[in-house]
Amino acid sequence: MKPASFDYVRPTRKAEVLELLSEYGQDARIIAGGQSLMAVLNMRMTQPKLLIDINRVEELHFIEERKNCLAVGAGVPQVELLSWPRISETVPLLALAMPWIGHFQTRNRGTVCGSVAHADPSAELPLCLKTLGGEVVLESRSGSRTVTAEAFFQGILTTDRRPDELLTEVRFPLCKPGTEYRFNEVAMRHGDFAIVSLAAVIGAGTIRLGIGGVADRPVTRDFEPGQDLSAALNETAWSLDAQDDVQATAAYRRQLVRDLGRRLIEEGH
Amino acid sequence: METIAKQGARVQLQLNGRVREGFAEPRTQLCDFLRHELGATGVHVGCEHGVCGACTVQVDGKSVRSCLMLAVQAQDSRVDTVESLAEGELMSDLQLAFRRNHALQCGFCTAGILMSCAEFLGREPDPTESQVRDMLSGHLCRCTGYTGIVRAVLEVANERKSKNGEK
Amino acid sequence: MTVDQSVAFDAPTRRIGDRVERVEDEALLRGLGRYGDDASIPPGTLYAAVVRSPHAHARIQSLNVEKALEIQGVHEVLTGEDVARWAAPFAVGVRQPMEHWCLAVDKVRYAGEPVCVVIADNRYLAEDGADAIEVSYEVLPVAVDPEIAAEDSAPVLHEAVGSNIVNERNFNYGDPDLAFEQAAHQVSLKVKYPRSSCTPMECYVVVAHYQSASGTYDVLSNFQGPYALHSVMARALKVPGNRLRLRTPPDSGGSFGIKQGVFPYIVMMGLASRKVGAPVKWVEDRLEHLQGASSATNRVTHIEAAVESDGRVTALRYDQMDDCGAYLRAPEPATFYRMHGNLSGAYGIRHLKVRNRVVLTNKTPTGLNRGFGGPQVYFALERLMQRIAVELDLDPLEVIRRNLIPADQFPYQAPAGALLDSGDYPGAVERAVAEGGLDELLERRNQARAEGRIYGIGYAAVVEPSISNMGYITTAMTADERRKAGPKNGAVSTATINVGPLGDVSVHISSTPQGQGHQTVVAQVVAEVLGIDFDSIRVNVELDTQKDAWSIASGNYSSRFAGAVAGTVYRAAVAIRDRIAKVAAEQLGVDVEAVRFANGKVFAPERDPIAFHRVVGAAHWAPGTLPEHEGGALRETAFWTPPELTAPSEDDRVNSSLCYGFIFDYCGVEIDPVTGECRLDRYVTMHDAGRLLNPALVDGQVRGAFAQGLGAALMEEFAYGRDGSFLSGTLADYLIPTAPEVVEPVILHMETPSPFTPLGAKGAGEGNNMSTPVCIANAVADALGHADIQLPLTPSKVRGLIGIEEPPAPEHLKREVEAPSIEGGSALHASDSVEVPASPQEIFDSLLDPAVLAAIIPGCHQLVLDGENRYRADVTVGVGLIKARFQALVQLSDLEPPNALCLSGSGSSPMGSAEGRAQIRLTPIEEGRTRLDYQYDAAVGGKIASVGARMLQGASRVIIGQIFSRLSQQMQGETAPTGTWSRFKLWLRRLLGKGGAA
Repeated sequence: MKPASFDYVRPTRKAEVLELLSEYGQDARIIAGGQSLMAVLNMRMTQPKLLIDINRVEELHFIEERKNCLAVGAGVPQVELLSWPRISETVPLLALAMPWIGHFQTRNRGTVCGSVAHADPSAELPLCLKTLGGEVVLESRSGSRTVTAEAFFQGILTTDRRPDELLTEVRFPLCKPGTEYRFNEVAMRHGDFAIVSLAAVIGAGTIRLGIGGVADRPVTRDFEPGQDLSAALNETAWSLDAQDDVQATAAYRRQLVRDLGRRLIEEGH
Repeated sequence: METIAKQGARVQLQLNGRVREGFAEPRTQLCDFLRHELGATGVHVGCEHGVCGACTVQVDGKSVRSCLMLAVQAQDSRVDTVESLAEGELMSDLQLAFRRNHALQCGFCTAGILMSCAEFLGREPDPTESQVRDMLSGHLCRCTGYTGIVRAVLEVANERKSKNGEK
Repeated sequence: MTVDQSVAFDAPTRRIGDRVERVEDEALLRGLGRYGDDASIPPGTLYAAVVRSPHAHARIQSLNVEKALEIQGVHEVLTGEDVARWAAPFAVGVRQPMEHWCLAVDKVRYAGEPVCVVIADNRYLAEDGADAIEVSYEVLPVAVDPEIAAEDSAPVLHEAVGSNIVNERNFNYGDPDLAFEQAAHQVSLKVKYPRSSCTPMECYVVVAHYQSASGTYDVLSNFQGPYALHSVMARALKVPGNRLRLRTPPDSGGSFGIKQGVFPYIVMMGLASRKVGAPVKWVEDRLEHLQGASSATNRVTHIEAAVESDGRVTALRYDQMDDCGAYLRAPEPATFYRMHGNLSGAYGIRHLKVRNRVVLTNKTPTGLNRGFGGPQVYFALERLMQRIAVELDLDPLEVIRRNLIPADQFPYQAPAGALLDSGDYPGAVERAVAEGGLDELLERRNQARAEGRIYGIGYAAVVEPSISNMGYITTAMTADERRKAGPKNGAVSTATINVGPLGDVSVHISSTPQGQGHQTVVAQVVAEVLGIDFDSIRVNVELDTQKDAWSIASGNYSSRFAGAVAGTVYRAAVAIRDRIAKVAAEQLGVDVEAVRFANGKVFAPERDPIAFHRVVGAAHWAPGTLPEHEGGALRETAFWTPPELTAPSEDDRVNSSLCYGFIFDYCGVEIDPVTGECRLDRYVTMHDAGRLLNPALVDGQVRGAFAQGLGAALMEEFAYGRDGSFLSGTLADYLIPTAPEVVEPVILHMETPSPFTPLGAKGAGEGNNMSTPVCIANAVADALGHADIQLPLTPSKVRGLIGIEEPPAPEHLKREVEAPSIEGGSALHASDSVEVPASPQEIFDSLLDPAVLAAIIPGCHQLVLDGENRYRADVTVGVGLIKARFQALVQLSDLEPPNALCLSGSGSSPMGSAEGRAQIRLTPIEEGRTRLDYQYDAAVGGKIASVGARMLQGASRVIIGQIFSRLSQQMQGETAPTGTWSRFKLWLRRLLGKGGAA
């Protein structure tokens, strides 16, 4: 289980990264934390010509609390965001969800943006970003664009990022007063890929449920207080086109969306 | 901007306190580089996809999977492996606690587990059992059922606490 | 509770029975262990990578190694032809016309079967070479499920055998038919035991060096025995045993039986070294290990009991079918016969009827796995005992109690031949009930149930055999066949003790330990016998078949260490002590009977003690002073085989093991009604393993086996697709318990020494692998009231057992075709539709146009006509960062212009194989528009299926969906999403000729 060969480049400036992406496009791969990419490289399930290591690009290494959002640069490992002192006040959902990501040894190196860019349908960070209505910033030599999480996640491991673009930051909307955030997940073991993961944002007059691990991307549904929650959750469950796999049946996943969804919304766990 | 062509280059890093250098292709896994190029065979390779944790080392003080990192990425970094834990020929309190509590059998996973435990205890001087188990969840051990490992870690935390209390 | 749960070592004396800290640990804790991959290797050693079949069943049509050999640094490729020239198939214990070679020579019979070996300067280059090997296969139908494979209509793996059932034996002990006739009740159950493995953390390692001058294969490998396989390997290499030098490294990263299965690779790498003319090293990676190393045998059992009204069982009928995978690999079918003598378990059942059938399927060959044979037998037997209680409305513990063999009947001759050496089963049960707090657990169940929670209690009573009879496997043959083959029985253990010129004591054993701490226990035994300092003793556990004492029974299996190996060490130590005593008696001027050994000195009454090293020094430095018959140079090798291990009798009774320990387990399990997760509330395990030589190490064995048993119960399974593809290729797919999932068992001991081993010890290493899976299953059965419990009890499966009553889907979400369950399957079946802005005829014509076809197939680099509506294509397919380049065949068939056609494709790449077939129906919906409905089947095999099972359905959907959305775009005159499309189209047109292939 050894990677096929590739050239390696370690830029120190973002402009250099964008230059390389524009030149190589599909033939290049960005490596940041590498916690998904390295396993795939080792198995030779991806064979880039060029690996661009962005770990030493200082300008991508930032956590910034802005007016409406918490912006996290592409160089930030998950452990830094999780241990960032104001995380519970600014984006409490992340403080709840991030301990579920892998293990501390992988969070030490895996990056926030890397997980979003990888778009694993079972991953926690894409679910949080989607549920909170966040955005990603994609930059290329020809410019920069901001894409909503809604538009960004397009399917299994599939996003709106073009081959010449770098996902430079993700933006998590800041916590709204009077809003409660909840998270729960069922996996075979601690730290495994979620069979179903659920994030809930409950505010005055609004209930939003985010669901990971079931559809081909994280999905959100908004409910109104007083709505027939059972019927709404049932519709949600059926709408996700759940699949059977080795670990769980589709019916089980639907059942978790209904039961766990209700429990998370009504009882908070 | 530094470029290393696929043919490879010399990579230098600080391994267990010594500056060491060896040859690596860009694709060379850090674990292979440490073991076969620099002779740190205490690093064990168990899965090469980041799940088993046997190859865990500390890079700049943080426990990471050395199979999920390239040797070239560790250029100029401080890398510590299980070989760094003893002081000369004397085992550390953590290693002694592992022996006392029968926290290992075949010892293959142990090298990685010790590195995670060492970082963890530095950060969490007073952990609960469930925190210890959570920390260990990134490691697979097939021999022990984890009991001895959990006890060893809790015991070291207690020892260090009472030692610090004495001071 | 007053149970002592301490694991810490305490005793200062470090003698037999003390909780001694391990001598092995310091090196391992300091990273100074010397495992297989750490061993120094000869200069110029090359590295191997094994090319494996992506198919579960296929005929090899051609193998092209040219491209691999063109890569700089790739030196040779070992193929099936070489193997057929230099080697022989492996010998098997069952006489059938089937051949198992170390590399496939004509057919591949399981996904992951080795096809050739690439030898290069390093592993990276060897894998580059492996990717460049071209193999073409004719894919054959598969037999995956053992029950289906056993049917006459099933595809046959080994044609010359004519059937997949390669061995069947029927046994009758007592008069089972009469007992069933007379029984008040008959209780029956069908159970399936799944495939799993104890998966050591270190994979296989082989360093082979063919020394052509002497024709010797010199191999270092982390092989674990049994060394009977040395003969199998030597015969496969067509050399005498003394030309296969097999050495093991000092440390092993675990085995649990699995490293028995490295033996075909020892032969393979020996031949690889011969081919390339240099030493060859191979380190198996985890994907190879999971898919191709070994596995426990999955079994289907119909079990029936004849039962009296009080729950006493008078007879048992077993109908067992073992699925040994694609080849019957030595020592299979041992999974059956290791347990054969003690099939009646811990119970005084006198009548037994057994039918054993071995079936081969397109799966990885099976082999030793901790608990070997036990989990399968006890899953059936102990589930049945629980069912008897349910069906007769009795307390399950009472049913166990009424059937246990009474304490006064030992040694007890079981009907199938086991001579149960010692025990007090009822006593152990009562102690476990009292000391483990069963009453409290029952109370917790009452309370939980009163509160509406789901809670159950399970029990298991298990006899744990240890020290295998090397002849038990011949029970697979008839008495007639055995007579012809000659008797096989016994189990020879070896131990060598050397006392050096400075009084230093070294010991060698041939038990190839895999982390259990044999060095420590051996030093305890020798320290006690010779009265010397524990720390002064060195124990060498490396085994070199050209220098060391060993036997075919050597190795690490059947929990033989404590009873047999430590016992043999004791006998060697006593022998050398007696020699030293004679020397000392002369020096001290006393009778030899008066000599005592303690504290590093030799004593006699009224004499000044002499230091041990001075006494023994005489044997080296002054042999002329020694008593008569003392030859000097103190070295003793003891060989020991127990007389109780006799060959199977004429009437098929076999004492399959020397010792039989006893285990009684019970546990409380609470089930989350929403998630189906099982939480172990408490697990109590009582062991009687005879005399305990180091209780701390025994507890370590119990904890480890328990964690593995828990894994087997709740999460571990090697999953296979219906097409035989292997779906558990990573440790994120094959799930092993981690620290948060493992609770701490309450461990209880009692010691009834074995009368048959030198120290009274029995094996203790495998018991919980046998008892824990069924104990947990019984608790879940009790909680849910279900009879049909299948492992592993995943949350999804348990939630299904509770019952999922789904509200129906809302009207607009109802789907016509629900994807079938792929339980263990990679075969996908689904349907979808797109609207295309063109008429059916236009679409139909376009699909027959190769230019359009090339445009709509995602990642198509090249499309070349290969026949009518048949193309060869070079395609890069992928989702996200995962990509694979396939050489594919694309075909259009079943043409019904303009309404329907079928688009199919198949391809292979180093990452695996893929096959897809889409039935397309075109329905006009309005002016100029068409609804294109497609139903597709897709199957993916090889590496992609093994490591990407979680993503397969989603990915196939994306890729197939892309074809039709591209078609839709194409018909709109849009360009396909890739920017280079127009250039590509021009190039393609040039290549194919305008409008089609020339």
